[in-house]
Amino acid sequence: MVDFLNALVALTNYILVPAVAYGSQLALGALGITLIYGILRFSNFAHGDTMAFGTMVVILTTWWFQDMGISIAPLPTALLALPIGIIVTLALLLGTDRVVYRFYRKAKAAPIIFVMASLGVMFITNGIVRFIIGPNEQRFADGARFIIKAREFKHMTGLSEGLAIKVSQGITVVTAVIVVVALFWFLNRTRTGKSMRAFSDNEDLALLSGINPERVVTVTWVLVAILATIAGTLYGLDKSYKPFTYFQLLLPMFAAAIVGGLGNPLGAIAGGFVISFSEVGVTYAWKKVLVYLLPEQWAPDSLVQLMSTDYKFAVSFSILVLVLLFRPTGIFKGQSV
Amino acid sequence: MNIRNILLFAVVFGLLVVVGYIQSWSVAFQLLNLCLISAVMALGVNIQWGYAGLFSVGTMGFVALGGLATVITSMPPVHEAWAAGGARVVLALLLAVVVIVAASQIWKRMAPGRKRNLSMIVVLVGGFFLYRYVFDPAVDAIERVNPAGTGYLGGMGLPVLVSWGVGGLLAAGVAWVIGKISLGLRSDYLAIATLGIAEIIISVIKNEDWLARGVKNVNGIPRPFSFMYEVNLQGDPWFVSWAASFGLDPVQASSWFVKLIYAALFTVVLLIILWMSEKALRSPWGRMMRAIRDNEEAAEAMGKDVTRRHLQVFILGSAVLGIAGAMMTSLDGLFTPGTYNPLRFTFLIWVMVVVGGSGNNWGAVLGGFLIWFLWVEVEPMGKHLLDFVTAWMADDSGLKKHLLESAAHMRLLTMGIILLLVLRFSPKGLIPEK
Repeated sequence: MVDFLNALVALTNYILVPAVAYGSQLALGALGITLIYGILRFSNFAHGDTMAFGTMVVILTTWWFQDMGISIAPLPTALLALPIGIIVTLALLLGTDRVVYRFYRKAKAAPIIFVMASLGVMFITNGIVRFIIGPNEQRFADGARFIIKAREFKHMTGLSEGLAIKVSQGITVVTAVIVVVALFWFLNRTRTGKSMRAFSDNEDLALLSGINPERVVTVTWVLVAILATIAGTLYGLDKSYKPFTYFQLLLPMFAAAIVGGLGNPLGAIAGGFVISFSEVGVTYAWKKVLVYLLPEQWAPDSLVQLMSTDYKFAVSFSILVLVLLFRPTGIFKGQSV
Repeated sequence: MNIRNILLFAVVFGLLVVVGYIQSWSVAFQLLNLCLISAVMALGVNIQWGYAGLFSVGTMGFVALGGLATVITSMPPVHEAWAAGGARVVLALLLAVVVIVAASQIWKRMAPGRKRNLSMIVVLVGGFFLYRYVFDPAVDAIERVNPAGTGYLGGMGLPVLVSWGVGGLLAAGVAWVIGKISLGLRSDYLAIATLGIAEIIISVIKNEDWLARGVKNVNGIPRPFSFMYEVNLQGDPWFVSWAASFGLDPVQASSWFVKLIYAALFTVVLLIILWMSEKALRSPWGRMMRAIRDNEEAAEAMGKDVTRRHLQVFILGSAVLGIAGAMMTSLDGLFTPGTYNPLRFTFLIWVMVVVGGSGNNWGAVLGGFLIWFLWVEVEPMGKHLLDFVTAWMADDSGLKKHLLESAAHMRLLTMGIILLLVLRFSPKGLIPEK
């Protein structure tokens, strides 16, 4: 029985907690991608860099706040800096929309042209971020580090396995839940949200019924700015901030959005967790858990790690391909252009 | 070629000459070499995107495969490593192929249903563990053979020029597998899928140390000809007197000479590929490709097998990218998997094609030259600009220091702006498709 509990704790500590946190971050990122796809109808390659930009503003603001001695300890100061990050990111997004995307929207350009334009925006955003904060790793987490420390947990329960939950992981999950609930309330209950869904389902009918497309687009960018900045900041608090890592997040986030069905917000959340659990599960060395569950003579010699951690891209990619081959519109039905 | 296009090319070469006078000829020749390689890469992307409208952003992966090919082909074999685990690795790889073929046969031949799914999963999972059982000890054994110097299987010890062809073949082979899986997908799904594949290829190369030493890098890749070493040239009395007859210092002359020989080799490859691409584009095959690109349904109605043609053109384009990748690695003389970055090896090549003119081979070549030139030269130009802008600031100002240090990042910004400007104001590129 104690063995079983130990296995359970090890599983929670090494898989459940990290995967839930990472999954929430992916889900928030994927929600942004899926909203852009639903309303503006293109795959935004610049999304990872948008997140990097938003997080950068949050980091700079955090440092400024820290200089002034403002803090909300034990919570990280970055949470306080979020609104400023969101506003500056929104300015960037609306700026690019005005200068770049609007022209193609008016011209009713093919989706592929939008994607190319988003590549250009990606380069520019990436350049701005590197120009301002540089390509190196930045740490900006402050406040308390742990909700539960492994040693305290062991002491408390008397088990030999410890359970550690970082503050950043707790904040990630709580924030993600709040943001998602608010987003769904907005999409399902408010007039603007309903008009957005109508626009996403059937553009022509929506236009006929008098919905102003430019307003819908603007609101979408507002939501995207909120989601991207929060997702990026949470990821940066939990792991660390490096512009290139954010660019690389593009792949798992797209995988999450596609797996769940592009254009479907609920799917994006489910997809985020599918991807994060598979990534963590496949690259985790299962020996620690199996040791407790198997009889002693069966105990594995190797680490029982299916793949080395560097192959985590392969995981999100394989899931992506499997879903696309067997269920091309995703687990939940998405749109296709 | 009309006057305008000739002028455009003349401008680019003029820029290279200016660099030669202002910076140094060594820099200019190095630039020229990478311009030539970039032009080949741009031709590869142009075949995929310009001819057939395939939005594949896996360029980096195929370029890296070309680099891998130079290692596998031209490095000397490590006999101890082969003795330690070579046969076992080969066996494991064969086993993997057998498992995958068996699984796909089960999928094809058995009636759909739970039984089919179950037996496929059993074969795949069982096969995976069997493969790891055979594979892991062999890899350990190989990597233990002199890890600081080799620790990998080595290559075949063939001339490096052969590896350029091998690079093309390797990239083509992998492209066939990838194309089979992902080419049925819609345009932007294909983009995401290929983006992922490129990352996977890089992570395989980085992690499988037995193959090409992973992030420990392989250096000392032989040059195409034995006379192409500066030291040999400087020791050769004939070369020294030849250089002296131009009034040149032998050290400098040898470095220029080696670079120019590379340039000549690359030019030959570029011209061959360009000539073949032009012939293909102007043949019935090329017209069919463009017909498919412009209207898939109509082409399908005319009896063209669109998926098959897409696969074909995807393989051809990838092969060209593989050749370019092999040329680049042999120019560098070392294979560094850690330096492959999608911004530089995928999206930059795309900018070249879009700016040059998608669908036009000459456009792709021009784009390759121009964009590579800017990619390299924007940095010093940006530095001058920032020097000028910050001239009024105090020398110890933190902002000034930061701005000057950030000059290197101007290039990404510039590329983005160029791409957006061309897309908006001249979507057909500098040399539009006829």
